[in-house]
Amino acid sequence: MAEHVPASLVIALGQRTVQSVRETGYLAALFIEALYWLALGRWRRQPVRLSAIVRESMHVGVSAIPIVALASFATGMMLAIQGIYTLRSFGAESQVVMGIALSVTREFAPLITGIFVAGRSGSAIAARIGTMQISQEIDALRVIGINPVRYLVSPLLAAMLLTLPALTVLATVLGLGGGALYCAWGLSLPPEVFFDRSFDVLTTTDLTHGLLKSTVFAVIVTLIGAGNGFNVKAGAEGVGRATTRAVVLGCIGIILADMVFTFLTSR
Amino acid sequence: MAAHDAAIEVEHLVAHYGSRKILDDVCFTAHQGEIMVIMGGSGSGKSTLLRHLLGLNHPTSGSIRLLGKDITRLDADQMYDLRKNMGVAFQGGALFNSMTVGENVELPLREHTRLDCNTIRIMSRMKLEVVNLSGFEDLMPAELSGGMIKRAALARAIVMDPRLLFFDEPSAGLDPVASAELDELILMLRDAMNMTIVVVTHELESAFKIADRITVLDHGRILMSDRAEAVRQSDHPRIRSLLDRTPRSDSVDPEAYLQRLTREIS
Repeated sequence: MAEHVPASLVIALGQRTVQSVRETGYLAALFIEALYWLALGRWRRQPVRLSAIVRESMHVGVSAIPIVALASFATGMMLAIQGIYTLRSFGAESQVVMGIALSVTREFAPLITGIFVAGRSGSAIAARIGTMQISQEIDALRVIGINPVRYLVSPLLAAMLLTLPALTVLATVLGLGGGALYCAWGLSLPPEVFFDRSFDVLTTTDLTHGLLKSTVFAVIVTLIGAGNGFNVKAGAEGVGRATTRAVVLGCIGIILADMVFTFLTSR
Repeated sequence: MAAHDAAIEVEHLVAHYGSRKILDDVCFTAHQGEIMVIMGGSGSGKSTLLRHLLGLNHPTSGSIRLLGKDITRLDADQMYDLRKNMGVAFQGGALFNSMTVGENVELPLREHTRLDCNTIRIMSRMKLEVVNLSGFEDLMPAELSGGMIKRAALARAIVMDPRLLFFDEPSAGLDPVASAELDELILMLRDAMNMTIVVVTHELESAFKIADRITVLDHGRILMSDRAEAVRQSDHPRIRSLLDRTPRSDSVDPEAYLQRLTREIS
């Protein structure tokens, strides 16, 4: 029996690998198709309607404002507390402004926004599309002559690409605001001085760096949510599993993409 | 009847799910303006046959001609045009849960026509009137009863005045009265609009009430495709057991049985 154990491990590993490659390929195809309908749908009698994009933007973007605002404000404040605590041992507390400005703009604002949107909307997308799949609503779309990707994924992708960078800008401002508020209290540094110093160290590249990240996250959250929804097969339990998977894979996807992106652009 | 009269012609259709053969050499024809009932027990392949007729699945081989066009060879644009002439009412209704009943019925018109909002609204109300659901257009699908959902789905299916209407299990899950009303509605649609209607069902009573012709499927093969009367009088043992509701008494082939139990074990 002993020699069968490694064999079955190899088989399981191989199956997992094939499964992952297949899923990645599927998501890539989904991405290309969603972009295709966004660009050419109007001429192929499958227009992506502006009203649908606006509706999705409200769901994934505008309704996420309170939670993203709160989280980024708290993150900025937390960075200030930690920064002052750490830098005090070198007597370099005043340098905290530079640390907060750069890390919030380049890293924390896009990451916090991405993770919160993945948690809020990734699961909602997977649940909605998954439920439509098992109640034959996707089939109903197809027989009516509506391409499901054009109707469900393209508006969502457009909405994510519009609102996630916007949310990231908001998160950047509020993250800096949180930092400024704590510095005003802890270092007696007036907020206007905090912002002046921040804008001295920040360049346009830092902001575009954060915004580019957020567009990558937008694509990841949309594709993982929609892809898991479309692949639901077995009833209500399948929808539950797809929802969980969408959140977990969405968050880990964002963190991994963040790492790769930062590695490629920050050296 | 002349060949051009055929609205649906299925020839030598073979379909698999994975390595399992679900449909085996299925051939039948339905003429314009008649109600064809596809009948068969659970697992006979009738739902799979319907999915192929709707162009949702691709067959392994064979051809399906709807209104003279072979849907296994159409490109996306031609299929899109053909779909305007097809209406489908799914078993569970498949109404879009995020939209009201009215918006559900309006959707095909919004997608396929450039009519203004008011015209679309009036046309969808006319169809809701046909299925006795007038005044319900502002309700959500979750607020409707089972019978109302089926009727709303029917209204959405006929809103484009299609020449082909497909209906999956109209009586499943309905009480006898609601089911009889739906049968009447199907007959009325054929007479008033000269639609070709394909109904998939395992309900005998409803099948014989509405059918012009019946196709009986069993284990993926067609046992018979003929006028309702001929099917009723058939003496084929499987058809008789289906009609008389007797349990199937297939004798067990010991070789095949053993092979089924031991397959993929070496």
